[in-house]
Amino acid sequence: MRMTLIAALLAAMALPALGADVGIVKVANGSVALEREGARIPAAVGTPVQVSDVVVTGADGAAGITFSDNSLVSVGPDSRFAIDRYAFDTTTYAGEFQGTLSKGRLAAVSGKMVKQSPESMKIRTPSAIMGVRGTEFVVQVDEPAATARP
Amino acid sequence: MARLIAALFAAALAAGCASQPVSPALFAVLPAPDGHIGAIAVEHGGERRVIDTAYGFQQLQPDGSLKPGHLTEVEVRTRFGSTLEALPAPPASFTLYFLEGSDELTASSKEDLEHVFAEIRHRPLPDIVVIGHTDTIGAVQYNDRLSLARAGRMRDMLIERGVPADRIQARGRGERELLVPTEDQVREPRNRRVEINVR
Repeated sequence: MRMTLIAALLAAMALPALGADVGIVKVANGSVALEREGARIPAAVGTPVQVSDVVVTGADGAAGITFSDNSLVSVGPDSRFAIDRYAFDTTTYAGEFQGTLSKGRLAAVSGKMVKQSPESMKIRTPSAIMGVRGTEFVVQVDEPAATARP
Repeated sequence: MARLIAALFAAALAAGCASQPVSPALFAVLPAPDGHIGAIAVEHGGERRVIDTAYGFQQLQPDGSLKPGHLTEVEVRTRFGSTLEALPAPPASFTLYFLEGSDELTASSKEDLEHVFAEIRHRPLPDIVVIGHTDTIGAVQYNDRLSLARAGRMRDMLIERGVPADRIQARGRGERELLVPTEDQVREPRNRRVEINVR
Protein backbone atom coordinates (compact mmCIF):
# COMPACT_ATOMS: atom_id res chain seq x y z
CA MET A 1 0.00 0.00 0.00
CA ARG A 2 2.72 2.39 0.99
CA MET A 3 4.80 1.48 -2.08
CA THR A 4 1.77 2.08 -4.32
CA LEU A 5 1.32 5.54 -2.82
CA ILE A 6 4.99 6.37 -3.38
CA ALA A 7 4.85 5.10 -6.94
CA ALA A 8 1.74 7.21 -7.60
CA LEU A 9 3.38 10.30 -6.08
CA LEU A 10 6.53 9.80 -8.14
CA ALA A 11 4.55 9.27 -11.32
CA ALA A 12 2.56 12.45 -10.68
CA MET A 13 5.71 14.49 -10.09
CA ALA A 14 7.48 13.14 -13.18
CA LEU A 15 4.57 14.05 -15.47
CA PRO A 16 5.22 17.74 -16.21
CA ALA A 17 8.60 17.01 -17.77
CA LEU A 18 7.53 13.98 -19.83
CA GLY A 19 8.29 14.20 -23.51
CA ALA A 20 10.74 17.11 -23.22
CA ASP A 21 14.38 16.63 -24.13
CA VAL A 22 16.58 17.11 -21.06
CA GLY A 23 19.85 15.86 -22.49
CA ILE A 24 21.57 14.54 -25.56
CA VAL A 25 23.73 11.47 -26.17
CA LYS A 26 27.22 12.79 -26.96
CA VAL A 27 29.18 9.55 -26.80
CA ALA A 28 27.94 6.07 -27.77
CA ASN A 29 30.46 3.22 -27.79
CA GLY A 30 29.41 -0.38 -28.49
CA SER A 31 25.88 -1.46 -27.64
CA VAL A 32 23.79 1.41 -26.16
CA ALA A 33 20.00 1.71 -26.04
CA LEU A 34 17.32 3.83 -24.41
CA GLU A 35 14.22 2.21 -22.95
CA ARG A 36 11.30 4.60 -23.38
CA GLU A 37 7.66 3.76 -22.69
CA GLY A 38 8.30 0.05 -23.11
CA ALA A 39 10.18 0.47 -26.42
CA ARG A 40 13.90 -0.03 -26.90
CA ILE A 41 15.55 2.68 -28.98
CA PRO A 42 19.13 2.19 -30.20
CA ALA A 43 21.09 5.25 -29.03
CA ALA A 44 23.63 7.05 -31.18
CA VAL A 45 25.46 10.37 -30.90
CA GLY A 46 22.73 13.02 -31.16
CA THR A 47 19.87 10.94 -29.71
CA PRO A 48 17.83 13.14 -27.32
CA VAL A 49 17.28 11.91 -23.76
CA GLN A 50 14.02 12.44 -21.87
CA VAL A 51 12.78 12.06 -18.30
CA SER A 52 11.99 8.42 -17.45
CA ASP A 53 14.32 7.08 -20.15
CA VAL A 54 16.53 4.20 -19.04
CA VAL A 55 20.04 4.01 -20.51
CA VAL A 56 21.02 0.38 -21.06
CA THR A 57 24.49 -0.72 -22.20
CA GLY A 58 25.86 -4.08 -23.31
CA ALA A 59 29.10 -5.75 -22.20
CA ASP A 60 31.02 -3.66 -24.79
CA GLY A 61 28.91 -0.51 -24.30
CA ALA A 62 29.40 2.94 -22.80
CA ALA A 63 27.39 6.12 -23.25
CA GLY A 64 27.95 9.78 -22.41
CA ILE A 65 25.12 12.28 -21.99
CA THR A 66 25.24 16.06 -21.64
CA PHE A 67 22.22 17.45 -19.76
CA SER A 68 20.70 20.90 -20.19
CA ASP A 69 22.35 22.26 -17.01
CA ASN A 70 25.75 21.04 -18.31
CA SER A 71 25.77 17.99 -16.02
CA LEU A 72 27.81 15.27 -17.73
CA VAL A 73 26.98 11.62 -17.07
CA SER A 74 28.59 8.53 -18.54
CA VAL A 75 27.29 5.00 -18.11
CA GLY A 76 29.79 2.14 -18.37
CA PRO A 77 29.52 -1.44 -19.66
CA ASP A 78 26.68 -3.78 -18.60
CA SER A 79 24.84 -0.97 -16.88
CA ARG A 80 21.31 0.29 -16.34
CA PHE A 81 20.71 3.96 -15.47
CA ALA A 82 17.23 5.49 -15.21
CA ILE A 83 16.57 9.23 -15.39
CA ASP A 84 13.77 9.35 -12.81
CA ARG A 85 13.38 13.11 -12.54
CA TYR A 86 15.02 16.07 -14.22
CA ALA A 87 14.08 19.74 -14.17
CA PHE A 88 16.24 22.80 -14.75
CA ASP A 89 15.32 26.48 -14.92
CA THR A 90 17.73 28.19 -17.32
CA THR A 91 17.07 31.58 -15.71
CA THR A 92 17.43 30.81 -11.99
CA TYR A 93 19.56 27.64 -12.38
CA ALA A 94 17.22 25.94 -9.89
CA GLY A 95 16.49 22.32 -10.62
CA GLU A 96 16.61 18.72 -9.61
CA PHE A 97 18.15 15.60 -11.09
CA GLN A 98 17.35 12.17 -9.76
CA GLY A 99 18.71 9.04 -11.39
CA THR A 100 18.92 5.38 -10.45
CA LEU A 101 21.89 3.17 -11.26
CA SER A 102 20.42 -0.29 -10.77
CA LYS A 103 23.53 -2.05 -12.06
CA GLY A 104 26.92 -1.30 -13.57
CA ARG A 105 29.05 1.83 -13.50
CA LEU A 106 28.57 5.54 -13.79
CA ALA A 107 30.82 8.60 -13.86
CA ALA A 108 29.54 12.15 -13.64
CA VAL A 109 30.51 15.79 -13.49
CA SER A 110 27.87 17.94 -11.86
CA GLY A 111 26.48 21.01 -13.64
CA LYS A 112 24.92 24.37 -12.97
CA MET A 113 22.07 23.14 -10.75
CA VAL A 114 24.42 21.61 -8.16
CA LYS A 115 26.55 24.76 -8.18
CA GLN A 116 23.38 26.73 -7.46
CA SER A 117 21.94 24.24 -4.96
CA PRO A 118 24.10 21.43 -3.51
CA GLU A 119 22.50 17.97 -3.45
CA SER A 120 19.86 18.93 -6.03
CA MET A 121 21.38 15.99 -7.93
CA LYS A 122 20.84 12.56 -6.42
CA ILE A 123 21.90 9.14 -7.63
CA ARG A 124 20.14 6.13 -6.16
CA THR A 125 21.39 2.58 -6.18
CA PRO A 126 19.26 -0.43 -5.16
CA SER A 127 20.40 -0.06 -1.52
CA ALA A 128 21.69 3.51 -1.07
CA ILE A 129 21.18 7.10 -2.13
CA MET A 130 23.85 9.68 -2.87
CA GLY A 131 23.60 13.47 -2.83
CA VAL A 132 26.02 15.38 -5.06
CA ARG A 133 27.63 18.50 -3.64
CA GLY A 134 30.12 18.92 -6.40
CA THR A 135 31.97 18.01 -9.42
CA GLU A 136 33.38 14.65 -10.36
CA PHE A 137 32.49 11.24 -8.97
CA VAL A 138 32.00 7.57 -9.87
CA VAL A 139 29.54 4.90 -8.72
CA GLN A 140 29.60 1.13 -9.13
CA VAL A 141 26.77 -1.24 -8.25
CA ASP A 142 27.29 -4.97 -7.86
CA GLU A 143 24.71 -7.74 -7.80
CA PRO A 144 23.64 -8.85 -4.31
CA ALA A 145 25.66 -11.86 -3.14
CA ALA A 146 24.18 -15.06 -4.60
CA THR A 147 23.83 -16.68 -1.18
CA ALA A 148 21.79 -13.75 0.11
CA ARG A 149 19.12 -14.12 -2.57
CA PRO A 150 15.73 -15.40 -1.43
CA MET B 1 6.13 18.60 0.34
CA ALA B 2 9.78 17.91 -0.48
CA ARG B 3 10.35 16.87 3.12
CA LEU B 4 7.40 14.47 3.01
CA ILE B 5 8.74 12.88 -0.17
CA ALA B 6 12.20 12.56 1.40
CA ALA B 7 10.65 10.87 4.44
CA LEU B 8 8.71 8.49 2.19
CA PHE B 9 11.92 7.68 0.30
CA ALA B 10 13.73 6.98 3.54
CA ALA B 11 10.88 4.75 4.70
CA ALA B 12 10.87 2.89 1.39
CA LEU B 13 14.65 2.45 1.54
CA ALA B 14 14.50 1.21 5.13
CA ALA B 15 11.69 -1.19 4.23
CA GLY B 16 13.69 -2.37 1.22
CA CYS B 17 16.80 -3.00 3.27
CA ALA B 18 14.94 -5.14 5.79
CA SER B 19 13.42 -7.49 3.24
CA GLN B 20 15.91 -7.57 0.35
CA PRO B 21 19.57 -8.48 0.05
CA VAL B 22 21.90 -5.49 -0.07
CA SER B 23 23.32 -4.59 -3.48
CA PRO B 24 26.94 -3.68 -2.72
CA ALA B 25 27.96 -0.34 -4.19
CA LEU B 26 31.02 1.86 -4.37
CA PHE B 27 30.89 5.67 -4.35
CA ALA B 28 34.06 7.69 -4.94
CA VAL B 29 35.05 11.33 -5.46
CA LEU B 30 37.53 12.06 -8.26
CA PRO B 31 39.58 15.22 -8.68
CA ALA B 32 38.14 17.36 -11.50
CA PRO B 33 40.42 18.18 -14.46
CA ASP B 34 41.03 21.63 -12.89
CA GLY B 35 42.09 19.92 -9.63
CA HIS B 36 38.91 20.82 -7.72
CA ILE B 37 37.87 18.18 -5.15
CA GLY B 38 34.11 17.97 -4.73
CA ALA B 39 32.00 16.14 -2.18
CA ILE B 40 29.22 13.58 -2.15
CA ALA B 41 27.02 12.32 0.68
CA VAL B 42 26.09 8.63 0.80
CA GLU B 43 23.07 7.43 2.74
CA HIS B 44 22.13 3.90 3.69
CA GLY B 45 19.82 2.61 6.42
CA GLY B 46 19.64 5.98 8.18
CA GLU B 47 23.41 6.46 8.14
CA ARG B 48 24.95 9.33 6.17
CA ARG B 49 28.63 9.62 5.24
CA VAL B 50 30.31 12.48 3.37
CA ILE B 51 33.24 11.84 1.02
CA ASP B 52 35.32 14.94 0.32
CA THR B 53 38.85 13.78 -0.51
CA ALA B 54 40.39 12.91 -3.89
CA TYR B 55 39.76 9.21 -4.64
CA GLY B 56 38.03 8.83 -1.25
CA PHE B 57 35.26 6.23 -1.27
CA GLN B 58 32.48 4.69 0.76
CA GLN B 59 31.68 1.09 -0.02
CA LEU B 60 28.34 -0.43 0.88
CA GLN B 61 29.12 -3.98 2.01
CA PRO B 62 26.87 -7.03 1.51
CA ASP B 63 26.14 -6.93 5.27
CA GLY B 64 24.79 -3.39 4.93
CA SER B 65 27.70 -1.57 6.57
CA LEU B 66 29.55 1.36 4.98
CA LYS B 67 33.32 1.04 4.69
CA PRO B 68 35.47 4.10 3.93
CA GLY B 69 38.78 4.07 2.05
CA HIS B 70 40.83 5.46 -0.80
CA LEU B 71 41.23 4.14 -4.34
CA THR B 72 44.47 4.44 -6.25
CA GLU B 73 44.52 6.05 -9.70
CA VAL B 74 45.28 2.60 -11.14
CA GLU B 75 42.19 1.11 -9.44
CA VAL B 76 40.07 3.95 -10.82
CA ARG B 77 41.36 3.26 -14.34
CA THR B 78 40.83 -0.51 -13.96
CA ARG B 79 37.27 -0.22 -12.68
CA PHE B 80 36.07 2.88 -14.51
CA GLY B 81 38.39 3.27 -17.54
CA SER B 82 35.82 2.79 -20.31
CA THR B 83 33.17 4.62 -18.26
CA LEU B 84 35.35 7.71 -17.78
CA GLU B 85 36.37 7.66 -21.46
CA ALA B 86 32.69 8.01 -22.36
CA LEU B 87 32.24 11.25 -20.37
CA PRO B 88 31.29 14.00 -22.85
CA ALA B 89 33.66 16.93 -23.28
CA PRO B 90 32.78 19.75 -20.88
CA PRO B 91 30.88 22.62 -22.51
CA ALA B 92 33.06 25.50 -23.71
CA SER B 93 32.16 29.14 -24.13
CA PHE B 94 33.76 31.98 -26.06
CA THR B 95 33.19 35.70 -26.38
CA LEU B 96 34.02 37.52 -29.62
CA TYR B 97 33.85 41.30 -30.13
CA PHE B 98 32.55 43.51 -32.95
CA LEU B 99 33.27 46.88 -34.52
CA GLU B 100 30.87 49.65 -33.53
CA GLY B 101 27.44 49.48 -35.16
CA SER B 102 28.56 46.56 -37.29
CA ASP B 103 28.37 42.79 -37.61
CA GLU B 104 32.09 42.79 -38.52
CA LEU B 105 34.43 41.19 -35.93
CA THR B 106 37.35 43.15 -34.50
CA ALA B 107 40.78 42.13 -35.82
CA SER B 108 41.75 40.28 -32.63
CA SER B 109 38.41 38.45 -32.46
CA LYS B 110 38.91 37.29 -36.06
CA GLU B 111 42.04 35.53 -34.78
CA ASP B 112 40.15 34.07 -31.79
CA LEU B 113 37.61 32.65 -34.18
CA GLU B 114 40.11 29.92 -35.04
CA HIS B 115 39.98 28.68 -31.40
CA VAL B 116 36.22 28.42 -31.68
CA PHE B 117 36.45 26.41 -34.90
CA ALA B 118 39.12 24.16 -33.34
CA GLU B 119 36.90 23.49 -30.32
CA ILE B 120 33.94 22.66 -32.54
CA ARG B 121 35.98 20.33 -34.73
CA HIS B 122 36.76 18.16 -31.65
CA ARG B 123 33.12 17.38 -31.14
CA PRO B 124 31.35 14.69 -33.14
CA LEU B 125 27.96 16.42 -33.07
CA PRO B 126 28.24 19.89 -31.52
CA ASP B 127 25.29 21.88 -30.19
CA ILE B 128 26.00 25.59 -30.49
CA VAL B 129 24.11 28.57 -29.07
CA VAL B 130 25.17 32.03 -30.27
CA ILE B 131 23.85 35.05 -28.35
CA GLY B 132 24.43 38.52 -29.77
CA HIS B 133 24.75 41.69 -27.66
CA THR B 134 25.30 45.42 -28.23
CA ASP B 135 26.39 48.48 -26.28
CA THR B 136 23.83 51.18 -25.42
CA ILE B 137 24.46 53.47 -28.42
CA GLY B 138 21.25 53.70 -30.45
CA ALA B 139 17.62 52.84 -29.78
CA VAL B 140 16.52 49.57 -28.18
CA GLN B 141 14.91 48.28 -31.41
CA TYR B 142 18.03 49.12 -33.43
CA ASN B 143 20.17 47.22 -30.94
CA ASP B 144 17.81 44.23 -30.97
CA ARG B 145 18.29 44.04 -34.75
CA LEU B 146 22.05 44.61 -34.50
CA SER B 147 22.52 41.91 -31.84
CA LEU B 148 20.56 39.42 -33.94
CA ALA B 149 22.59 40.41 -37.03
CA ARG B 150 25.82 39.73 -35.08
CA ALA B 151 24.56 36.32 -33.92
CA GLY B 152 23.32 35.54 -37.44
CA ARG B 153 26.65 36.56 -39.00
CA MET B 154 28.47 34.26 -36.57
CA ARG B 155 26.04 31.46 -37.42
CA ASP B 156 26.76 31.96 -41.13
CA MET B 157 30.51 31.79 -40.49
CA LEU B 158 30.07 28.51 -38.61
CA ILE B 159 27.93 27.07 -41.42
CA GLU B 160 30.60 28.12 -43.97
CA ARG B 161 33.08 26.10 -41.91
CA GLY B 162 30.91 23.02 -42.21
CA VAL B 163 28.81 23.08 -39.02
CA PRO B 164 25.31 21.77 -39.87
CA ALA B 165 22.79 24.64 -39.71
CA ASP B 166 20.37 22.69 -37.51
CA ARG B 167 23.03 22.41 -34.75
CA ILE B 168 23.24 26.21 -34.29
CA GLN B 169 20.77 28.49 -32.53
CA ALA B 170 21.26 32.24 -32.93
CA ARG B 171 19.56 34.78 -30.64
CA GLY B 172 19.85 38.48 -29.98
CA ARG B 173 19.65 40.09 -26.54
CA GLY B 174 20.11 43.67 -27.73
CA GLU B 175 21.42 45.93 -24.97
CA ARG B 176 19.63 43.97 -22.23
CA GLU B 177 22.64 42.03 -20.94
CA LEU B 178 25.61 44.38 -20.76
CA LEU B 179 28.94 42.78 -19.89
CA VAL B 180 30.08 46.15 -18.56
CA PRO B 181 27.15 48.11 -17.05
CA THR B 182 26.87 51.63 -18.51
CA GLU B 183 24.38 54.48 -18.84
CA ASP B 184 22.31 54.71 -22.02
CA GLN B 185 24.13 56.00 -25.17
CA VAL B 186 27.59 54.93 -24.04
CA ARG B 187 30.21 53.47 -26.43
CA GLU B 188 31.63 50.33 -24.80
CA PRO B 189 33.60 47.90 -27.01
CA ARG B 190 33.31 45.10 -24.43
CA ASN B 191 29.53 45.14 -24.73
CA ARG B 192 29.60 44.69 -28.55
CA ARG B 193 29.91 40.93 -28.56
CA VAL B 194 28.57 37.46 -29.17
CA GLU B 195 28.73 34.63 -26.65
CA ILE B 196 29.23 31.25 -28.25
CA ASN B 197 28.34 28.22 -26.15
CA VAL B 198 29.53 24.89 -27.52
CA ARG B 199 28.34 21.56 -26.14
